[in-house]
Amino acid sequence: MTAQHPSPLHPMTYSTRGADPATAPAFLTPLDHMGSGLPGSGLSWLNELRAAGRERFAAVGLPTIKNESWRYTNLRDLAKLTFQPAAPAAAAIDLLPTVRAEGQDGPRMVFVDGRFRADLSSVDGLPPRVDLLSLDAALSTHAGLLADHLGRLAAADDRPLVALNSAYLADGAVLHVPANVQVERPIELVFVSVGSESQATTCHPRMLLIAEAGSKAVVVEHHVGRGTGTTLSNHVTEVFVGEGATLHHYKSQREGAGAIHLSHIAATVATGGCYDNFILTTGAKLSRNEVVSRLDGTEARTHVSGGYLVRGTQHADTTTLIVHAKPNGTSREVYKGVIDDTARAVFQGKITVCPDAQKTDGYQLNRALLLSDGAEIDSKPELEIHADDVKCSHGCTAGELDDDALFYLRARGIDRDTAQGLLIGAFLSESLEEIAEESIRDAFQGIVAGWLEEQK
Amino acid sequence: MIEIKNLHATVDGKEILKGVDLTIRPGEVHAIMGPNGAGKSTMSYVLAGRDGYEVTEGSVTYYGKDLLAMEPEERAAEGVFLAFQYPVEIPGVGNTTFLKTAINAIRKHRGEKELDAMQFLKLIRAKTKALGMSDEMLKRAVNVGFSGGEKKRNETLQMAVLEPKFAILDETDSGLDIDALKIVAEGVNALRSPDRSMLVITHYQRLLDYIIPDYVHVLAAGRIVKSGGKELALELEKNGYRDFGASEAA
Repeated sequence: MTAQHPSPLHPMTYSTRGADPATAPAFLTPLDHMGSGLPGSGLSWLNELRAAGRERFAAVGLPTIKNESWRYTNLRDLAKLTFQPAAPAAAAIDLLPTVRAEGQDGPRMVFVDGRFRADLSSVDGLPPRVDLLSLDAALSTHAGLLADHLGRLAAADDRPLVALNSAYLADGAVLHVPANVQVERPIELVFVSVGSESQATTCHPRMLLIAEAGSKAVVVEHHVGRGTGTTLSNHVTEVFVGEGATLHHYKSQREGAGAIHLSHIAATVATGGCYDNFILTTGAKLSRNEVVSRLDGTEARTHVSGGYLVRGTQHADTTTLIVHAKPNGTSREVYKGVIDDTARAVFQGKITVCPDAQKTDGYQLNRALLLSDGAEIDSKPELEIHADDVKCSHGCTAGELDDDALFYLRARGIDRDTAQGLLIGAFLSESLEEIAEESIRDAFQGIVAGWLEEQK
Repeated sequence: MIEIKNLHATVDGKEILKGVDLTIRPGEVHAIMGPNGAGKSTMSYVLAGRDGYEVTEGSVTYYGKDLLAMEPEERAAEGVFLAFQYPVEIPGVGNTTFLKTAINAIRKHRGEKELDAMQFLKLIRAKTKALGMSDEMLKRAVNVGFSGGEKKRNETLQMAVLEPKFAILDETDSGLDIDALKIVAEGVNALRSPDRSMLVITHYQRLLDYIIPDYVHVLAAGRIVKSGGKELALELEKNGYRDFGASEAA
């Protein structure tokens, strides 16, 4: 067999097929007015990174459905709007979401329309030597660390939206956990989209999460909306998990009805390391979550799981790639989706096993529950295996609520809505159980319960 | 009192019940026996209100109310209980959550205060103990991984907790060995009371050795063709259903 496997720094090749450069200027023109006003403009590597992103996006524009990876998610409508970079907002934001118990404090960074808000944030409760700071600040104080990591995993060549993010690279979050340090409390990153009533706005937050050898940390992202205007947030996150390190990375996206949420997470896991990712999607009119997890060391593990709950005319795309580059790796992926009304969900899950990656153990499951005749799921599981001694399985189903179970519950006096809620909750629990920390699992279960309540 | 009059019902356009008449007074236990395909399970589903079972003629009056006009959950709240022939497995829903949701839904309907976690546990512990059920069965998902006997005991537990006025036991003996059958029958017998009626549906006489009915009816080809006392069951055991126009069922 001729082995065709991605090179380490380019997980997936984005062809220029379907390129639509005409859509680029609307997104890039505002940069002309920002130019040297961006932080870190004295750093040559950063200028190069931004310029390369800009050049690439100018050449390809927004992804189109002619590109295989974007076949089911059409960004055409974005080109009809004129987006302006969101202006910094100073307004107070109350009722920030959290997974912490009431009265318990912990490290939290808050971003409003992509800008760090020190007044709403706190790094209390972090062990010594752990760095948690805004990207803007880190460009002054941790330039070397950023130069070594930014753009290493999320290559702009491959993905137009990563390129666009790099062109605007200015703010976001940086976490650096030194070797053998364990961070007990979850680190919360809260992204609030406020936008503007009169103007569609964009922001391009960038995150860098680094867990050095033997360290451990838990990161929880909350994405919420507080405005009614159209907001486009285009996130890029690069994750480095060192030898024997563990990083649990959870995300809840419940932005408002005017939101477009685009996200690319790229992780690399070294020998014996573990990267767990879980994304719960209930918000935004259109969302796409890309997760790329590469097992670049032996005996590395990754769990890439989540749930998507959509209704109305929402569209939620989950596109994952797990790359087994080295032997004895384990990957596990459990996605569950609930789709109502005329909402649509997309699941594209690929597992690539490189020729070196013998004794790989891979498991992938995507199950969707369709609650109405107009609901749609497009599911594309893909296994690409270039090693001969591997165990890889995948399963993919779409179905309706079990009538027998529904009748059984109703025959015991439970009304239809409550019975449906119990069955949907049970259906989703299989993926929520992938969340290792009980408090976070409970918080996410609460989000699911809230979504079910809105149903009634 | 439950009065079934001239009940006709179709499933997928095919008429299964062709004019059933039956009156059950409080405290009475009626058995319905019949060959396979006679309409026994259809009757239980029609009474419990399952979708897809269409009543084309006749009426069911339940303590003065039109039972057929009610949703399944309303019937349950009014005191109708169907013990399923094949209890449904519901992965992901804990047995305790299920029971607590059910009992509180019914209490709410009756205008009673909902039970809190402590009150519920106290109630459930007493009931499980009486049925010889382990706490472990409560912790598992509804019927998932339960043996045939455990499933039927779980049905009996639900009946004990929900305290229905009218219990329909659909082929409760199917899939049970004699020991399990005895335990389930004891549980059912413990629930017999002057204001609780029961309809015991069975193919075999065996169950009626343990749950002794006041009346026995033979259902064949969608109609009740013979009624009598408990001795009728013994007669059927001896002669089979051939006299009622049905070939002997396997």
